[in-house]
Parts: sequence; structure tokens; C-alpha cells
Amino acid sequence: MGPAWGLALGPKLFLLALIAAGLMITDHRQQHLAAIRDTLSVLLFPLQAVVNLPFATWHWASDATASREALMGELNQLREDRLDLQVQLQRLAALEAENARLRAMMGASRQAADRVLVAEILAVDLDPFRHRFTVNKGNRHGVHVGQALLDANGVLGQVVRVQPLTAEAIMISDADHALPVIVNRNGLRTIAMGTGDTERLSLPFLPNSADIEEGDLLVSSGLGGTFPSGYPVATVRRIERRPGEAFAQISAEPAAGLLRAREVLLVWTSHIDEDDGPGEDPEAAGNEALADASGAAATPDGQAP
Amino acid sequence: MTGQRSVMAAALASLVLALALAIVPLPAQAGALRPDWVALALMFWCLTTPSRFGLGWAFILGLLLDTLTGALLGQHALALMLVTYPVLRFRLRLRVFPMFQLTVAVTLLLVLYQFTLFWIDGVTSRGMPASAYWWPVITGALVWPLVFRLGESVLRESARPQVGL
Repeated sequence: MGPAWGLALGPKLFLLALIAAGLMITDHRQQHLAAIRDTLSVLLFPLQAVVNLPFATWHWASDATASREALMGELNQLREDRLDLQVQLQRLAALEAENARLRAMMGASRQAADRVLVAEILAVDLDPFRHRFTVNKGNRHGVHVGQALLDANGVLGQVVRVQPLTAEAIMISDADHALPVIVNRNGLRTIAMGTGDTERLSLPFLPNSADIEEGDLLVSSGLGGTFPSGYPVATVRRIERRPGEAFAQISAEPAAGLLRAREVLLVWTSHIDEDDGPGEDPEAAGNEALADASGAAATPDGQAP
Repeated sequence: MTGQRSVMAAALASLVLALALAIVPLPAQAGALRPDWVALALMFWCLTTPSRFGLGWAFILGLLLDTLTGALLGQHALALMLVTYPVLRFRLRLRVFPMFQLTVAVTLLLVLYQFTLFWIDGVTSRGMPASAYWWPVITGALVWPLVFRLGESVLRESARPQVGL
């Protein structure tokens, strides 16, 4: 290889090391290298797919060979769950309309209905100490950096890098991750930091006197603008109030199954301001909300929970 | 000539396999023990067929590894080049080492590899616990004799002239 370029080993190492250093600095400082990364990632997608194949096949095979009883059991369970959820949804529709009407009265911005897309986590490992994963949706599906990822139980993480066919996401438990949350019981705002342990988040910025209890549900507050508000994040598990220290030590258990999830939901949220004309469909949504609101207002108050 | 070509095919296959092993999912604890397969494979090929493999390959494989693992672009490339260089430079000496001595040398190179990664992570404040960098060195040293023996037998098989008989 050395003679092929007409360069001795030493100078060649120097040259290539300089290029590598330049790449690293550019990559660290700005996002100019997206094109290179995109190209490489498309080239490598078959490799990722092949690595994922045995796991996908295993899931497929276990689905295909499931017994009839097991499937019937699952079906019944799902039917029951669906009925349960539909009953809850009936209440939700009325509440949502009411909320929209109240917000409209206050002139506050309103969150449009979230659009979601189901993505599958590719069975490839990134770094074992960084809680990151790859999903099989990318640029082409409209995924963007900073987009929130949920699973059925709560907030899972956010997208940090997008390639044409895949996207890399960081979990809320990564030691570099933090997200704004509120305590669902009383609206207390704070920040939940990842700890590097998938079973634990920490809340380092609450004073000893803060009104927080074990078992409190933390939901996303939407303050950072990244995560949609109101999705469950974690449950407070342990509170240690130390008189000598300014802040209490509080740890919480994530609501999402961080290691169990196979399918995740990518969420698009858009805020609709009152003066925001050309949004996605503010007109339609607004009219619908108004209609719903008047409908909701017409119902007797006794029905509202 | 077929021998030459099949050596190249075997080498490419082993490098693709090494890239796949670098991302194949493992249980959480075992993931930390994953050896640096790409570094090991590249060191083997630089040691045995230096006319084909060198710094250029280290650079390209490093970039691929960076993309696969989501690291800083160029990080693994630099680390791989830094271990490939001594292998190429002292190849003739390394080649006559008995297995134990060779393993010691490879272990030192793996330390250099991990140190480079550690240093770049540190500078860009993406540091991880120190054990994340030590375990791959240890497991890498343990699997190196196997990698080397396996590689040698593959090399012998594929380099055998197929016209002679």
C-alpha cells in the first residue's frame, strides 16, 4: 500500500492522521460531515440488516409457530385492553376539547395532535456504556434530529443523528441526557438526568423541602421544546433528604421499558399559536376544536370527571 | 494467481465479519467485554500480507467503524492507523516472535488503541467509565492466539496454488 502511493510509511501515517484529525474536529464542531456519514451509512445498511436478520427471523419464527391457544389468549387479552382504552378515550376527547377551549381563551399556544410513526429498533449494538440505539427509519421518512421517541409506556429518548435509512437515538437513561419534567401530582418543575443505568434517573435539582413523594409520577413538561408534554417519564422510587446538603437525592424509575422495547413511536409535535396562520392544519383543527368545545360545553357538568 | 485472489477474498470476508461482530447485539454485561475485532483482524492481515493491507485500509475501516458505532468521524480511523503503523514497521521482527511474545506485543498495541479512543473521548468530553476501555484489551489479548491460528489456517488454505496438484 505504501509504495502504491509513492509515500513512505511515516509520512503517509502523518498525512492520514492529519486528515482524521481534521475530520474529527469538523465533526465535533459543526455538522458539515453529514454527507460523508450519510454515504457511509447507506453503504453499511446491508451489514446492519444482515446482523439484524437472525433476530428478526427468530421473532418471526416464534410468531409463526405460536400455538392456537396462545394466540387466542393474546387476542382476548387485546380485546379486553382495547375496550378498556376506548372507555378511557371517550373521556379524553371531551377533556381535550375543553383544554383546547380554555387555552384558546387564555391565548396560549396549543399542542396540535401528535403525529406518530412506528419504527423498529435494529438489533445492532452501539457503545455498551452509551445508551444509544438505531432505528430503521431515517431522513426519507421525515425523521429529524431532536425528535422524541416513545414506547407504549412512556418517553424513551430522542433522535440525535439522522441518516437516509436509519436514525440514531439516545435513551433518557444515558448519562449525557437530561429532560424537563413536572411532577404530575402538583406541577412541580424539575429536570430528570440520565445516570448510565437503564433502571434509574436522577433528579438532582430539588431542594430538601420540595413537595415530592415516593410513587409520584413524572411527566414530560414540554419546556425544552423537544419532547411533547404530558407523556409519562418515570416514577419516583427513592428520596433521600440530607439535612446538611442543599439538594435532596432523588431517583426515579423510567416508565418506558428501555431495554425491552422493540418497536418505538416517533412523534411529531407542532405548536399552534393563535396568530400562526400557515401552520399544518390550524384552521381545520381549530374549527374542530371549537365545535368539540361547544359540544363539550353543552354536556352537563356532572359528566365531567 | 487464483491463490492471490482468494487470499484477498478471505481477507475481505474476515474484515466484513469483524465489522459485523463489532455491532452484533450482546447482553448488556457481555457488551462491555467485546474485543476489538476489527483491530485484531486488521493487525493479522498487516502482519501476514503487508503488500495488500496498510494504513489506507486502517483509515477506511476506521471510518466505517465510526459510522457503525456512532463515534466521532475519524476516531477509530486514527486509532486503527496508530496500531497498524508499528505492526507494519516492525513486521519482520514480530513475525518471528513465539506466540506468547506476539500476544504481549498485540496487547500493548490494544492498549495504545484503547488509549487513543479514551483520549479522544476525553478531549471531546464524551468520556466513559475506565472499565469500558480496559475490558476489550483483556478479552482482545485472550482471543488473539485464536484469531491468529484461525487466520493462518485460512491463509494456508486459500494461498495454496490450485493449478499445481
